[in-house]
Amino acid sequence: MSDRLTVLKTYKLYVGGKFPRSESGRVYEVTDSKQNWLANAPLSSRKDARDAVVAARKAFGGWSGATAYNRGQVLYRVAEMLEGRRDQYVREVAGAEGLSKSKAGDQVDAAIDRWVWYAGWTDKIAQVVGGGNPVAGPFFNLSSPEPTGVVAVLAPQKSSFLGLVSVVAPVIATGNTAVVIASEKSPLPALSLGEVLATSDLPGGVVNILSGRTAEIATPLASHQDVNAIDLAGADEELAKELEIAAADNLKRVLRPQSVDNWSAAPGTDRMTAFLETKTVWHPTGSLGASGSAY
Amino acid sequence: MPSTAPNALSDVTASDSTLRRFLHGLPGVDAVGLEARAASLGTRSIKTTAKAYAIDLAISMVDLTTLEGADTPGKVRALGAKAVRPDPTDRTAPSTAAVCVYPDMVATAKEAVAGSDVKVASVATAFPAGRAPIAVKLADVREAVAAGADEIDMVIDRGAFLAGNYRKVYDEITAVKEACGTSARLKVIFETGELSTYDNIRRASWLGMLAGADFIKTSTGKVAVNATPANTLLMLEAVRDFRDRTGVQVGVKPAGGIRTTKDAVKFLVLVNETVGEDWLDSHWFRFGASSLLNDLLMQRQKLATGRYSGPDYVTVD
Repeated sequence: MSDRLTVLKTYKLYVGGKFPRSESGRVYEVTDSKQNWLANAPLSSRKDARDAVVAARKAFGGWSGATAYNRGQVLYRVAEMLEGRRDQYVREVAGAEGLSKSKAGDQVDAAIDRWVWYAGWTDKIAQVVGGGNPVAGPFFNLSSPEPTGVVAVLAPQKSSFLGLVSVVAPVIATGNTAVVIASEKSPLPALSLGEVLATSDLPGGVVNILSGRTAEIATPLASHQDVNAIDLAGADEELAKELEIAAADNLKRVLRPQSVDNWSAAPGTDRMTAFLETKTVWHPTGSLGASGSAY
Repeated sequence: MPSTAPNALSDVTASDSTLRRFLHGLPGVDAVGLEARAASLGTRSIKTTAKAYAIDLAISMVDLTTLEGADTPGKVRALGAKAVRPDPTDRTAPSTAAVCVYPDMVATAKEAVAGSDVKVASVATAFPAGRAPIAVKLADVREAVAAGADEIDMVIDRGAFLAGNYRKVYDEITAVKEACGTSARLKVIFETGELSTYDNIRRASWLGMLAGADFIKTSTGKVAVNATPANTLLMLEAVRDFRDRTGVQVGVKPAGGIRTTKDAVKFLVLVNETVGEDWLDSHWFRFGASSLLNDLLMQRQKLATGRYSGPDYVTVD
């Protein structure tokens, strides 16, 4: 029996590369599946959401402008850091989702592998969804995928870590920046993810993580004129409808919630392409001589 | 301070030594108290209708500024159009107080704001360093006034001030004031970031007002430290005390570093709490700023529509 005092962790938000408390000063109690108290998490307000959007917008130029290769390296580094904290995540996921240690371990392993998988996609997605188009004229016609901008992500409510990674990694892999609303009931793995992101070369503001009441934070984000897209994975049917209406105002890209029973299944590229826009460039092949050929 | 006749200070400026004795006789500034006072006034919560009023008031007080070597006539015209109608999607948004440009751009700016109440302010006297012979400085001012400038923003000779040569600074301001004639109001820039101490800022404020400044202005926006709540509070106290002693009201213009609506509202609280409503008017208080206006407009849109706005909905300057 040790006579050490317990050192409790203060969970904080992750915004703009820093760890602020909620602007409102509020917290709420996070419990495990048996209603035992785990920790207090910040209860974010709409102003926290606004600040997160400002941070995400500021980070967008640098992150979207970084080479795909560099983004891949950074994301892989995140996976390395996750691996080093595996035990902590197993503990948090087991507590949050009421899983046995080995089941929680499977979830964490799958999440880290998922992160590595998306890290590999950063410099390959352009070859899959972009390309040269044959056109009837003396032009090259090239399509290339471009990130949409600032994406609000409502993380899945049930799968607190694997689900979270499965929605955040595809958004940032292609050069978007994200404002993430953690699972309302189980935000602790998400808030700990912020600590990993802060120590893995990911520029501050690329991912911003908020905890609190999903509806309260998502509503101002959906109507925010400087948010370009929203992923409604963590919204129930009623909230999703409301948010989609609010999001229509500035023509946000909306990814509707899809029922996912098993986040471990292979994800495909859909979550990446949902937040890509295709830029098409027409480029003359050269001046056409009288002979009709440029070459 | 006791209230005395308006000419009570005339003997102060009679000679170099009386001027020095007066300026060094001013009470020292309690730096900690000043900063604490400015900080505590910055914690006021201004919401809903009061915020809407403050935003519109702040917009009407902005001296929309472009002072870059790369200024083109096109940029100045765009700035003028923006000053007249800051938010083209909302005609209830007030115009700004003025546009502020370099002297050679005054004519262009004047044309751009023609037909509106927006004034044209011009920096002069070898802005921002102020390191030029007096003849050049005065020529600079005359050119700007001749081109139609309604307001002249001059910089003081900080070198002379810091060397203790107050009389030289005083004479320069009076000469520039004379060159402004009756048509242009004179703003005197102290560049508070280069004056080192709060005591110096208080002295400079009094020196400027004694010499006939219509406005005292914190800084050029070209150095590391520009307008702060503390140095603006200090200058507001100076104009308040000056009016108590002489009956002459002088305006205040913080410039540089004020970028957000929150900051601007803090300054308005300082004004209201220090000198009162007499100064809550664009004739007596101004913000020297460029990016501030966009933030004010975004906040205004937020209040009007209930949703957060973004930089896509204001101009790129």
